[in-house]
Amino acid sequence: MWHFVSPQIVFGEGALEALDELRGWRTSRALVVTDPTLLELGLVDRVTAHLDAAGIEAHLFSAVEPEPSLQTVREAVDVARDVEPDWIVGLGGGSPMDAAKAVWVLYERPDLEVAEINPFIDLGLRQKARLITVPTTSGTGAEVTWGIVLTDTDEQRKMGLGNRENVADMAIVDPEMASGMPPRLTADTGLDALTHAIEGYTSTWHTDLTDGLCLQAAHDIFRYLPRAVEDGGDMEARERMHHAATAAGLGFGNAMASMAHAMGHALGASFDVPHGRAVALCLPYVVEFAARETPERCAELAQRLGFAQADGEAGACALAREVRRLMAEVGSPLSVAELGLEREEYEAQMEKLIDDAFTDTQMVTAPRSPSYPDLRQLFLCAYTGETVDF
Amino acid sequence: MGFTFPSDAWIKELGNQLNRSASYERSAKDWEGDFVFVVEADEAYPETAYLFLGLHHGKSTGAARVESEDERDAEFVIRAPFSIWRKVIEGNLDPIRGLMTRRLKLSGTMVKIMRYPKAAQEIIACCAEVPTDWS
Repeated sequence: MWHFVSPQIVFGEGALEALDELRGWRTSRALVVTDPTLLELGLVDRVTAHLDAAGIEAHLFSAVEPEPSLQTVREAVDVARDVEPDWIVGLGGGSPMDAAKAVWVLYERPDLEVAEINPFIDLGLRQKARLITVPTTSGTGAEVTWGIVLTDTDEQRKMGLGNRENVADMAIVDPEMASGMPPRLTADTGLDALTHAIEGYTSTWHTDLTDGLCLQAAHDIFRYLPRAVEDGGDMEARERMHHAATAAGLGFGNAMASMAHAMGHALGASFDVPHGRAVALCLPYVVEFAARETPERCAELAQRLGFAQADGEAGACALAREVRRLMAEVGSPLSVAELGLEREEYEAQMEKLIDDAFTDTQMVTAPRSPSYPDLRQLFLCAYTGETVDF
Repeated sequence: MGFTFPSDAWIKELGNQLNRSASYERSAKDWEGDFVFVVEADEAYPETAYLFLGLHHGKSTGAARVESEDERDAEFVIRAPFSIWRKVIEGNLDPIRGLMTRRLKLSGTMVKIMRYPKAAQEIIACCAEVPTDWS
């Protein structure tokens, strides 16, 4: 027995207009949870204009930082308690959308601490408000997942939280909202989506219902990401990437991500590397690691994508090779050294990197479970760019 | 010769396996909290059994079949029918998924467990090392 969780998804050009017609629930006030850049870029105004059209009074919390902290979430919850919204709108990349999910849960459940948001309890949400997500990047998939990643700044550690109930009621996936992304952000977020697609497909929790979504998403990302990075005005590429990111979100959100996320979370928390860049950087090493002992799913995906005819290790390694090729094509670093980190500084954090990755919730779905020494070797390979051959 | 589940010998052997596992020790190095596993009667097993497992800082500090859920103080109690436990121990049901779908029911602070998913996986890996008789 398992569950497939998804919001109602409105997608394609003009999808934002769905806000004009919100019905079936109270419509007096909304709290838009977002970040200061989107406010400056005018994307928040686009959303509030539609809320106005629906007769909904819009309030803002626009202080969500990248990799949002528990403190920021608590501040936003205080605002929610003052505003008493019927809708919470998570607008932005993964950070504002994840923050919005946490704000929603804690607004509904003031008896809970942030760390208590877990998949094993009944939350009883949707008594006070409902959640809409509007992605402005094409990568995170947070618009359709129930996972929440926050940062505990005291422990310098990413926290994986969430409960199936806190999936959005509606995700509005409008490619116009992501059309202004600069090339670097387009690449980072697109590679994040690729990592979701590949890890969702290869996770030990993958299912018949998630495989197709992950496969289609991976196919489209390999095809359209270089175009979206090369020419941000290529709206066909933008639209296909936006949809692929959501499809990958549905895939991995219901199958879990895996070891590249565990390692990437550790890397990001210790060295302030953007999430998408961090997880994608780890991905080819993780695929090669799986290739030695558990190559089946990686090889199958490589075959379905047309990268390999071989089974086993050779097929799986073809997938790693194509991931590296795409990363190079979109100008993404292939090793930690290429991020500009000094080796001494990196190795000084090695024990924490290993500990954080080893105990990350995403590690449990790895097709090949690493030992502690394996993880050390993997982090060293990720630094130098050497192929994983163990 | 195997160890019959859910016997006193079986849970003691699991404790031995945990104490031999470097991976478990590493993944649970800060863990403090004992468990009682309640094996509920079902069509495959006629009576309810209680297994105590003491766990502290990556080691098993004691293991025994006990007479009731309350005989030993334990911070966590996990209960499921015998057939569900069998699926978990044989690796056919991921324990985290079992908890998420309520096929395994846990009493205790879930927040604490959530920080040690790898340790849960290592315990199951050790269960697989215990030669088990199911009769």
